[in-house]
Amino acid sequence: MTHISIEPSELVRGQPYPGAPDNWKRFFTFSVDHKVIGIQYIVTSFIFFLVGGLFAMIIRGELITPEADLVDRTVYNALFTMHGSIMLFFWTFPVLVGLSNYLVPLMIGARDMAFPRLNAVSFWMIPIAGVLMMASFLIPGGPSQSGWWAYPPVSLQNPTGNLINGQVLWILAVAISGVSSIMGAVNFVTTIFKLRAPGMTWFRTPAFVWAVLGAQLIQLYGLPALTGGAIMLLLDLTIGTSFFTPERGGDPIVYQHFFWFYSHPAVYVMVLPAFGIFSEVLPVHARKPLFGYRVIAVSSILITVISSVVWVHHMFASATPPWMRMFFMVTTMLVAIPSGIKVFGWVATVWGGKIRFTTPMLFALGGISNWLFAGITGIFLGSVPIDLHVHNTYFVVGHFHYVLYGAIVMAIYAAIYHWFPKMTGRMFYEGLGKLHFVLTYLGTALIFLPMHPLGLMGMPRRVASYDPEFAYWNVVASLGGFLLGLSTLPFILNIVSSWIRGEPAGNNPWRAIGLEWLVTSPPPTENFEEIPTVISPPYRYGTGEPLIATHTQLEINQAQ
Amino acid sequence: MLKLRAIIIMTLYAIFAAFVSFWMAKQSYSWFPPEAAAESKLVDDLFSLFTGLGTFIYLGVMGPFVYSLIFHRVGRYDMSDGPPIEGNTWLEVVWTATPLILALTLATVSYQTYEKMAIRGPMELVHLHVPQVMESAYAEPFDSTPQQEIQNAVETAPIEQIDVTAKQWAWVFHYPEQDITSTELHLPVDRRIRFTLRSEDVLHGFYIPAFRLDQYVVPNKAIDFELTPIKTGIYRLRDSMYSGTYFAANQTDVVVQSPSDYQQWLADAAAQTPGPAFNQAAYEYSQTARPGSGATKDNVAVHGWATIPPAPPPLVNYAPKHEPKSPPV
Repeated sequence: MTHISIEPSELVRGQPYPGAPDNWKRFFTFSVDHKVIGIQYIVTSFIFFLVGGLFAMIIRGELITPEADLVDRTVYNALFTMHGSIMLFFWTFPVLVGLSNYLVPLMIGARDMAFPRLNAVSFWMIPIAGVLMMASFLIPGGPSQSGWWAYPPVSLQNPTGNLINGQVLWILAVAISGVSSIMGAVNFVTTIFKLRAPGMTWFRTPAFVWAVLGAQLIQLYGLPALTGGAIMLLLDLTIGTSFFTPERGGDPIVYQHFFWFYSHPAVYVMVLPAFGIFSEVLPVHARKPLFGYRVIAVSSILITVISSVVWVHHMFASATPPWMRMFFMVTTMLVAIPSGIKVFGWVATVWGGKIRFTTPMLFALGGISNWLFAGITGIFLGSVPIDLHVHNTYFVVGHFHYVLYGAIVMAIYAAIYHWFPKMTGRMFYEGLGKLHFVLTYLGTALIFLPMHPLGLMGMPRRVASYDPEFAYWNVVASLGGFLLGLSTLPFILNIVSSWIRGEPAGNNPWRAIGLEWLVTSPPPTENFEEIPTVISPPYRYGTGEPLIATHTQLEINQAQ
Repeated sequence: MLKLRAIIIMTLYAIFAAFVSFWMAKQSYSWFPPEAAAESKLVDDLFSLFTGLGTFIYLGVMGPFVYSLIFHRVGRYDMSDGPPIEGNTWLEVVWTATPLILALTLATVSYQTYEKMAIRGPMELVHLHVPQVMESAYAEPFDSTPQQEIQNAVETAPIEQIDVTAKQWAWVFHYPEQDITSTELHLPVDRRIRFTLRSEDVLHGFYIPAFRLDQYVVPNKAIDFELTPIKTGIYRLRDSMYSGTYFAANQTDVVVQSPSDYQQWLADAAAQTPGPAFNQAAYEYSQTARPGSGATKDNVAVHGWATIPPAPPPLVNYAPKHEPKSPPV
C-alpha cells in the first residue's frame, strides 16, 4: 500500500472572480459570495441596531419623569417612530436574512444561493434605504412622526407642506427594504427547494432551514400587501388621491388591513428563524437529538399558514364588527399549538442531556424562557375582552418587546456566538460572552416586565408625558433600558477583539453535527470541495451514525 | 423506587404550581384600576382566569426546564453524548392536544364574556354584516348574585345619550337633552350610557381604563358605544390611539356621580354661558417661540420640528379649573 499524500487544497478564500480582494476590503465590494453577503448584512444591521438602541435610551430618558421635559413632543414622536422603524426594517429583518444567507447554503450543502447576483442587489438596497430613512432627520420638518405603522390620517398630515417630507422618505425607505425582502424571499425559497445536497430529503433538512423556508414564504405572500398599502399612502400624501383620506371620502381603516395583513405575519418572519436557531443550538450543547424533530420542522410551516389569518387581532378596537373579532380571536389562539409544540420539544431536548452552559447555549435558554412568557401574554392579547382594555397600552409594548428582544434578539446573539468560530475561524472569549448574557437577561427583565403592570393600569403607549401614578414602574424600566444599552459593550469588545486576535477555533469546536461543520473555518469560497451526500437525518447525537456518505459507501451503492 | 420518587416529586410540584397559580389569579385583580363599570368586573374575571392558567403553564414548562438545567449538566471532562432519544409519539400527541384544548377553552370563555359585555360596534357595520348576532344584553358577571341589585338598576334605567367629539387635541362632550357641552365627562352612576363617538380629524382612542373599554374614534363614522358606570369617583379618559404631536396631553377626567349630583351638575352647567376651556395642547403650542414653524419650547433640552396646530380651545358650558401644567423655568 502506497502512502497517499494529500495535496494541499487548491481552494483559495476570497472571491470567485479574478482580481477581487481577499481581505477585509471584500466586505465593501459588490461580492456575490453568500458568506460575504451574510456578514455584510449582519454588520450593517448591527450598526442600525445601535442607532435604534440609542433612540430607545433617549425615549427612556424622557419617560423617567412624568412631564415632557427632555425633548420636545415632536422630537419624542419622531424618536419612537424611527426607533420602531429602524429596529424592524434595518435590524431584525436584515440581521436574520444575514444569518440565513450565511447558513442556509452551508447547511443544505450548496455552493451558494440560487441567484448570487440578486442576493448582492438585495443586500445593497438595505444601506441605501437605511441612509434614506436617516436622512429624514436633516430635512425641514424632521422625520416621520406617525409611528412605525404610519396610520393615516396622522401620517397624511404634513405640517411643513413640503413635497419631500419625513413621511415620504419613510415610505420610500420602507418600500425599498420591502423590494429587497421580496427578492431575498425568491432567492431563499428557490435555494431551499432546488439546491439541497443529494440525499437531503425534507426530513433530513435541518430545522433552521425549515424555519427560514416558512419565514420567506410569508414574505412572498405578505409583502405585496404592505407594498401596495404603502404606495397608496404615498399617492394620498403626494398627489392627493383619496384611498385613506377621510375628508375626501377615503377610509383610514382599510390601510390598517393592508398594513397588518403583512405586519402581523412579519412577526413570524422574525420569530421563525429565531425558533430555528434554538432548534440548532440546543442539541449541540445538550448533546442530544432534537426531540420531535419532524413535528418541530412541520410546525414552522403550520405557523406560516395560521399567521396568514390572524391580522385583525391588531384591530379589535378599530370599528371592527363582532363576527370579525370572534373569528380572529379563535385563529389567533390557534398559534399556541405550533408554538407549544416547539417549546415542549426544546424542553424535552435538554431533558436528560449533557448540558454545557456555553454562551450560545445560555442565550438560547434565556430566549426560550422569554418566549414562553411572551407567548402566554400573547394569548391574553388574543382574547377580545382583555385586548379591548390593554391593546393600545404598555402591556402590548411589553409583550412585543419580550418577543422581539427577549426571544429574537437573544436568539440572534445565540446564533452569532454559535457560528462565530465558523464565520471567522476564531474563538470568542467565554467570560465576556457570559457577562454579556447576564447583563442582557437582567436588562430585558428590568425594562420590559414593568411595562405589563403599567399597561394593566392604563398607561397608553407612545405617550411623551404621563400621569404621576405611573412614575415608579417607568423609573425601573428606564434603568433597565440603560442597562440594556450597556450590555452591548462587552459584546462589541468580544466580537471585535476575537475576530482580530482570538484563539484559532478549528473546524468544529462544538463537535456539532451538520454540513456546515464539515468544512474549514472560515469556509472556502465554494463551500464544498465536493458536494456531500446526506445519508441520515440531522442531530443524531449519541448514535455515532455518520451524517454523510464516504466514498467507499458511494462506490458500494453504485456497484449494487 | 426511582419511578415512585419521580411521581412524588412531580405531584408535589404540580400542587405547588396550582397553589401559586391560584394565588396569582386572586392577585391579578389588584393590578387594575378600580372596577368602575359593570363591564370591568367581567374583564377582570376573565383576566384572572387567564392569569391562573397562564401561570400554571409557565410553571409547568419552566419547572422541568430549570430542573434539567440544574441536574443534567455535564461533568467537566465528560465528552460523551446524551441518550439518543429522538421523540415520543405519545408525548407529542399530548402536547399538541393540550394547547389546542386550552386555546379553544379560552376562546369560548372569552366569547361568553364578550357576549355579556355586548359592546356595540359601529352600527352601520353591525347592520351590514350580522344583524342582531350580539344581543344587547346588559353586563352580567359570572357570579351574578352580589351584582344583582346593580343589574336590576341597570336593566330598568333609561339610556343616557352623550355625544363625544374627539379632535387634535381635545375631548368635547355634548349632552343633547340639555344641550350642554363640557370638556370633562360627567356620568350618572348605575345608568346605561350610550356614547356616540365622532372624530373631527384623525383616529383617536376613547379609553377609560377604569371601565376597561377602548374604542377607536374614526373620522366620518358615528360609532355607538355603551357602558354602565357602577362606582362614583374620578377616573381618567385617555386618548389611546396615537393622534399626533400633543397626543399624550389629550386626556381628561371622568366624574361618575350619584344621579342627584349629576342632575345638579347639569343644571349648573346649563346656567353658564359657553366660554373657551383650558386646553393643554393649545397652551403648550402658544408657549412655542415661533408658532407653526419649528415648535421651539424654551423649557425642553431639545427643540422640535413643525407641528399641526392644535384646534382652538373648545367653547363649552363647563370646563374644569386647571392650572396650566408648566414645569418651573
